[in-house]
This record gives sequence, structure tokens and C-alpha cells, in this order.
Amino acid sequence: MFEFPQIFEFKIGKVVESFVEWLTINYAGFFDSIKTGILFVLLKMQMIFEWIPWFVIIGIVFLVGWKVKGLKSGIAYTIMLFLIGVMGYWDQMIMTISIVLAAVIISLVLGIPLGIISAYKKRVDIILRPMLDAMQTMPSFVYLIPAIMLFGLGMVPAVFATTIYSLPPVIRLTTLAINSVSKEMKEASQSFGATPLQTLIKVEIPQALPTIMTGVNQTTMMAMAMVVVASMIGSKGLGYSVLIAINRTDIAMGFESGLSIVFLAIIIDRLTQSIGTKYKYD
Amino acid sequence: MSKIRVENLTKIFGKHPKKILQNVEKGMTREEIFKMTGQTVGISKVNFSVNEGETFVIMGLSGSGKSTLIRCLNLLNKPTAGKIFVDDENIIDYDKKELREFRRNKIAMVFQHFGLFSHKTVIENVEFGLEVKGLSKEERYDISKETLQAVGLKGWENFRISELSGGMKQRVGLARALANDPEIILMDEPFSALDPLIRRDMHSELLDLQSKMKKTIVFITHDVNEAFKLGDRVAVLKDGEIVQIDTPEEIIENPANDYIKNFVRDIDRSRILKAENVMKKAAIKFGKALQPKIAITLLEEADVDYGFIIQRETSKLEGIITIDDLALAVKQKKTIEELMHSDYKAVHKDVYIKEIIEIALDTKYPIAVLNDNEEFIGRIHRGTLLKALI
Repeated sequence: MFEFPQIFEFKIGKVVESFVEWLTINYAGFFDSIKTGILFVLLKMQMIFEWIPWFVIIGIVFLVGWKVKGLKSGIAYTIMLFLIGVMGYWDQMIMTISIVLAAVIISLVLGIPLGIISAYKKRVDIILRPMLDAMQTMPSFVYLIPAIMLFGLGMVPAVFATTIYSLPPVIRLTTLAINSVSKEMKEASQSFGATPLQTLIKVEIPQALPTIMTGVNQTTMMAMAMVVVASMIGSKGLGYSVLIAINRTDIAMGFESGLSIVFLAIIIDRLTQSIGTKYKYD
Repeated sequence: MSKIRVENLTKIFGKHPKKILQNVEKGMTREEIFKMTGQTVGISKVNFSVNEGETFVIMGLSGSGKSTLIRCLNLLNKPTAGKIFVDDENIIDYDKKELREFRRNKIAMVFQHFGLFSHKTVIENVEFGLEVKGLSKEERYDISKETLQAVGLKGWENFRISELSGGMKQRVGLARALANDPEIILMDEPFSALDPLIRRDMHSELLDLQSKMKKTIVFITHDVNEAFKLGDRVAVLKDGEIVQIDTPEEIIENPANDYIKNFVRDIDRSRILKAENVMKKAAIKFGKALQPKIAITLLEEADVDYGFIIQRETSKLEGIITIDDLALAVKQKKTIEELMHSDYKAVHKDVYIKEIIEIALDTKYPIAVLNDNEEFIGRIHRGTLLKALI
């Protein structure tokens, strides 16, 4: 039969490997400072979350849920959050939230400007698009390898891997949102002598906001999903408990930590989603 | 003096407009160019000028290039060739900063689908132009509030755009343009998204505002009736070229070709044509002291049945007399003064035919047409009216 000829075989993976190795050797200082920076922010966030009493957190979630979704939802979120505490996963949840929050903030800080640029510059969009496809379809475990090489074990590589995985939706939706601002509105803005920056800030971004908020919601959910995978490289949190449960085939622990993740995901999803719909204009 | 002067303006859409330009200059038609190159000639070699304080209507069917043309006037579309002078400055030569200043101070636009910012309130929309210019919050609030009042939207300042009806939305669009106090207002089919009744209100409102403001308005429409109702002059655009520019009356009376003729066929002429446009100037006029016999000869010679009695010194009309009355006068030895009718009807020369028709129903005599000094300048018969309407 026709077998694929061996002469054509070429290990692209090797190239990537040596590239990452080259990065670790030559830019060790650079990655170290990133690591220190992220770690500092992470620890501060974790500290703040741990410093806030548990009932205050539950209270805030109740109030926000009530305000944006209604009384029933507010009560439901409160019960879910309380149950996480009851099952004994409060501290892990706080750690998970810190990592998710850090990854989401980084994603938004990078993603929204990138999305805007690629809405304006077709060339950037053409280059970015396959990269985003790759970032989303590449099995998420794969990111863990370079993350370990660049940042070692712990929370920082977890944030790094989570960011890469959760970055695409916010970029895509920002681009989409800016591109779908009505042409007449842009023309109106220009016709009054607005500078491109004024048009962007006063018209395009506010118009795009509902869609961008959908992107924020999706990015958050992606980060939630990735944070469990990232526990494999030593980030503590709810995912880590799942991992331990798998290793020990501990059904009880697996169920509890799994359920906690579901509760947390539901709360975060509903809250970010409804904040997004608050921005709908018509 | 002309406020806007457009010379040889051409706009071609596509990747290589400059190349296509040669074809346009060679005189190729729009279809030929499209078949050959796949590029669209929006408008080709358009010339016109708009006078200060004039409402200039550009009328054309969809695809005639009218939106392209109006977008060239504030450079939302960059013309491929030609010149646009506003106050004798060629705006195409403006750099970015000059163009911005031009748009901020001299020209404003009203859009077909309103182009309002749905994330802003009514008054924030109106403030937009002023905000871009950098006016303080108080100043722009005051100006906008006043402008909203002028367009009849007092009390709606803090509503959301989505809460307004179509007609109100376009009032906001108009207010936003007016708030900047521009010298020129571009209106791109502003009323075509509105239903007919509201459109009529908006027409009279615009005419009303314009009589106070005296802005230079360039108005785009596909509706002949709208064009002729609002326009001081109308340009008819077809396939990117101007077919005729004239006053509405002139276009109806002397259409440049069959296309225009076809265009104006459906129009309600009785609302456009005025007494002056349809009257017959030739009329037999004489003083009341004239011998009835001589008067009869005059009428017979001209083959008409009526004579108009004029006061010689003032040219004012005193009465009407029929040929039968004159015959009676001769028989009974009476004077013209005794037998002439003073229950004739007279209209000012600017009265629309629509109103004259109603008057014509009430009188058996021809209707006299008077000028501003109430001098007799012409006559209108029922037959004249009928002829004017077809």
C-alpha cells in the first residue's frame, strides 16, 4: 500500500521545543519578572478575598444577584455559595476565584485593545484569526507544558495557561462588535467633525459594549473551565481537589468539589451575563 | 452668490478608481464601465451650484448616485476627481484638521435612518456636535435645550432614542444638525423612512424653520412631490449624471427630455404651478370710457368673449364685461361703466392652481391675475386650468 514517505517527515514540534527552550534560557529574567508581578497581584487579591468575611461575600453576591436578576435568583446564588462553604471548599473557592479573576483581567486588558485594532486593520485581523482558532482548538492540556517551562510550577503558570485559553472570545467579540456598529452612526459622528479617537470612544465602544460584555462573560467561563485543568501544574483551588479525588478514586470528594465548581460557574455566569444585558439600548 | 459650487465631480467605487476615470473622461457609460471592469461609477462629471439660503433638492431614483453625491459634499465620500468650492475654498484640498474644522462649524448632516446614537439620551444626541467641538457642559446643554424646543421636542430631553417615534427621531436628527448652527445642512432622504402623514408635517415644519433660519440646504429625495414642494431649485440625477437643474415650475413646464417628462407625469401639478405660470398675458384691456362699439370690434378681432376694464393711470382692474353685455350697451345706448361686472374674481400671481380651481367654480368670468401692486397682469380661464393640469 501507499505509505507516507519517510523523507518528508519533519518534526515541527522539535522546532517549537527548541524555541521555548531558547526563550527560557535567554529571557529568563523577563519571565521571572512577569512571574513576580503576576504572583504579587495574585497574592494581594487572594489576601483581600480572604480578608473579607465570608458573610460579607455572600451578602454582596445576594445583593448583586437581587439587583440584576431578581430576588429569587439572589436567594438561589446565596444558597449555592453557602453550600460550597458547608461542603468545606470555601478556601479553595477563594483561590479559584483569584486565579480566574487574574486571568480574566489580563485577557481583557490584552483582548479588548487587540479586538479594536483588528476591527480597524484588516491585516491584523487576517493574522490574528488563525492564531485565535489555534488557541481555542488546541487541547488545553498542551498549554501546560510551555507554561511550566517558562514559569515553573504553581499559580503563575496556571494564570498564564488560563489566559491563553480564555483570550480568544473577548478578542473575537470585540472585533465583531466594533465592526457591526451601524455605518450611519459612524458617518454621523464623522460628519460632525469627530476625530477617529472621539468616534471610537463616544460612539463605537459604547455601541459595542453589549457584545463586548458577552465576550467578557464567555472569557470568564472559559477561564473557569481551564482553571480545573491548570490544577495539574500545581495551582491550588477547587480543581486541585478534583485532581486529588481522581487520584484517590474518592467519589465523595469528587462530587463535592465538582458540585462546588458548578455552583461557582453558575453564579459567575449569571452575574456577568446580566450585567451585559443591562447595556442593551434598544 | 453661490455658497457651494461643484465642478466636474466624479466618484468611482472600486480598487483602481483613477484608471476608470480615464474611461469616464472618454465618455463611456456607467454600464459599459461596470461590464468591463466591475467597478461602479457613483457619479460622473456633475456640475451645479447652490445659492446662499437656498433649498436645493437633488432628486433621483435609487442607484442614481444621489447619496454618493451628498456624501461628497462633506467628504464622507472622497471624490475621485473634480472640485467642490464652499465659500470659494476647494474643500477637497483640505487636510485632516481643516476638514474637521469645516465639518464642526460649517456643515451638518441629517441621515435617512436618523443615525442617532442609541446609547445616548435625546439631549445628549443633540449635544454631540457641540461636545466634539469642545464646548463646556453648560453651554452645550443650554444650546441643545433651545434647539430641541425649536423642533417641537420640549420636555423630551432625557428620553432614550428607542422611546421615540420615527417622526420624533428625525426631529432629534434635525436638532442635532441645527445645534451646531451650521451654514449648510445636508439632508439625505430625511423623511423617506416616515409614514406619509408625519412626512407632511415634517415638510411644513421644515419650510417653517427654513423661512426663519435661511440656511443653505441640500436635500436628497426620490419623491418628486417632496422635491417640488421643498425645493427652490431641483436637480434631477440619473445614472450618476445630472439631467436637468431648474425651478420646479420650469421643470414641469419645460422638461429637458422624455425621462424628466416621465418623472413629472405623476406629480400633482396643481400644488406646484402658480397663477403666474399658467395665465395668459394677452388680454383685451380698455378704459370704462371707451365706446361699446369700438370695444366690440376689439374683442371680435382678438376672437375673445371678455374684455377687462382697467383704470388707465394705475393699471388697476375695475371690472369685466362680456361681448354680449357690450352688444346690449350698444342697443340700449348705455356706457361700459353701467354694464360692467365688478363681481369678478382676482388672485395674486403666486397663488397655486389648486386654490384657483376652487375659485373658478364660483365664477363664470375669467379670473384676473394681479401682481404685488395689484396691477392686472393676466387672465386665467377654466380651460387654461384644465390644460395646465395635463
